[in-house]
Amino acid sequence: MEKEAAVQSLTDTLAKFTAYIGKRLPTDVKEKQAELRAKETNPMAIEIFDVMAENQDAADKLDRPSCQDTGVIQYFIQAGSSFPLLGELESILEGATRGATEIGPLRHNAVESFVEKNTGTNTGSKIPWLDWEILPGEDYAIIDVYMAGGGCTLPGASTVLMPGQGYEGVAEFVLDVMTSRGLNACPPLLVGVGVSTSAETAARLSKKAILKPVNARNANEQAALLEDLLTDGINDLGIGPQGLTGDNTVMGVNIESSARHPSTIGVAVSTGCWAHRRGQIKVNADLSYEIISHQDVQL
Amino acid sequence: MKKVLKTPISAQDLEDLKVGDVVYLDGTLVTCRDVAHRRLIEYGQELPVDIAGGAIFHAGPIVREKDDGSYEMVSIGPTTSMRMEKFEREFIEKTGVRLIIGKGGMGPETAAGCQEHKAVHAVFPGGCAVVAATKVEAIEGAEWKDLGMPETLWINRVKGFGPLIISIDTHGNNIFEINKKTYNERKSSVLEKISEQVKFIK
Repeated sequence: MEKEAAVQSLTDTLAKFTAYIGKRLPTDVKEKQAELRAKETNPMAIEIFDVMAENQDAADKLDRPSCQDTGVIQYFIQAGSSFPLLGELESILEGATRGATEIGPLRHNAVESFVEKNTGTNTGSKIPWLDWEILPGEDYAIIDVYMAGGGCTLPGASTVLMPGQGYEGVAEFVLDVMTSRGLNACPPLLVGVGVSTSAETAARLSKKAILKPVNARNANEQAALLEDLLTDGINDLGIGPQGLTGDNTVMGVNIESSARHPSTIGVAVSTGCWAHRRGQIKVNADLSYEIISHQDVQL
Repeated sequence: MKKVLKTPISAQDLEDLKVGDVVYLDGTLVTCRDVAHRRLIEYGQELPVDIAGGAIFHAGPIVREKDDGSYEMVSIGPTTSMRMEKFEREFIEKTGVRLIIGKGGMGPETAAGCQEHKAVHAVFPGGCAVVAATKVEAIEGAEWKDLGMPETLWINRVKGFGPLIISIDTHGNNIFEINKKTYNERKSSVLEKISEQVKFIK
């Protein structure tokens, strides 16, 4: 019985948190946007930045999802192997998604493939999408919630390069995404790049990369250099907010990498729109929690 | 002074508009996106709303159904217009729509349709869905509800709906296509600069 109550309590907390992140941007994203607005010199871009800020204020005051596309709900879990509700977490997160759909309210965004029907609950086969990492010996869980909207999911791309194409090929791949579908994905974007061994490992890492803070810097100096070069390079294209020209096209470029096969360079890009709705919460063994991504939150 | 378009919109109302101009909309705005376009163009089903001289919004809103059965617009921002590029030229011809609102650019087919039938495409800033919702005075109807919340045709009465940035005008100009050329031209020099510094495989 005690366990049932614990499951219910954590489901409620995570439902409220999931709904919350659709209404208010994480602190790092909010600060970055103010910084980019202050630097912008293009009049059209300034007007767009101002409407964006007005929208976030209105969403906060009216307590509504700031963007109508509240996405497919994805949870990236780092769970301690001794976290007491490890076995229950999957059904807790499904319950949290259903709960958030009502609290938000969230748009119904789960269309069952092949059946081609919207389930109306934001849950469906393998949705919410769960990504697991186990933290050996720990008793807490860190959960990242991400609302994967359609517009910023569309540019997602992954390929496998030959070593002869080198990191020059990686840069070219990222720039090509930016000048094609990236334009329409609601820039300024947070660009995640995965450099790995195959198409799917790179894709997963590219998504993990946009869960990192916008100002994150890769610990490897060469990777950090590529992050900086891509940030400046993409901004130099002049795409600007909403793709209507401007000085600022990205909030940042984050790279995540793994070792690779000597014959391959897997590369992938995931983009997060300016309304980058992600949240990070740490749940302790006693189910007390700490919200890491947003300041001063009352759930 | 703010330029305001009112539905029904005539060809004449649009004649002087140029890409980059900013306008606002008063009147009726119907949401219409992927499946509605597909039903009309690929399956020949007639749209359940007459939008001749009207305005459509590439959008899938969040709508709350109230206890009395009426609807409240919670959040309504634009969706990626490019997904409708495949259908839009024929859609304009068949429906007589004059104003297409969405996010990001559309391609040469839509631009041709806009020129042939005197229509425009405009961008509402993406992600600004609460600002947009506050410009919706009422939801006056809902059609094709079998498609689910995002794809339903929501018939909205709007006032001062904008800013709408004209991206395709009636003279064949397409601001995104013009800009894309510039971005692509710059890309080679950007890539060259980066490539010199990332020769990590030695």
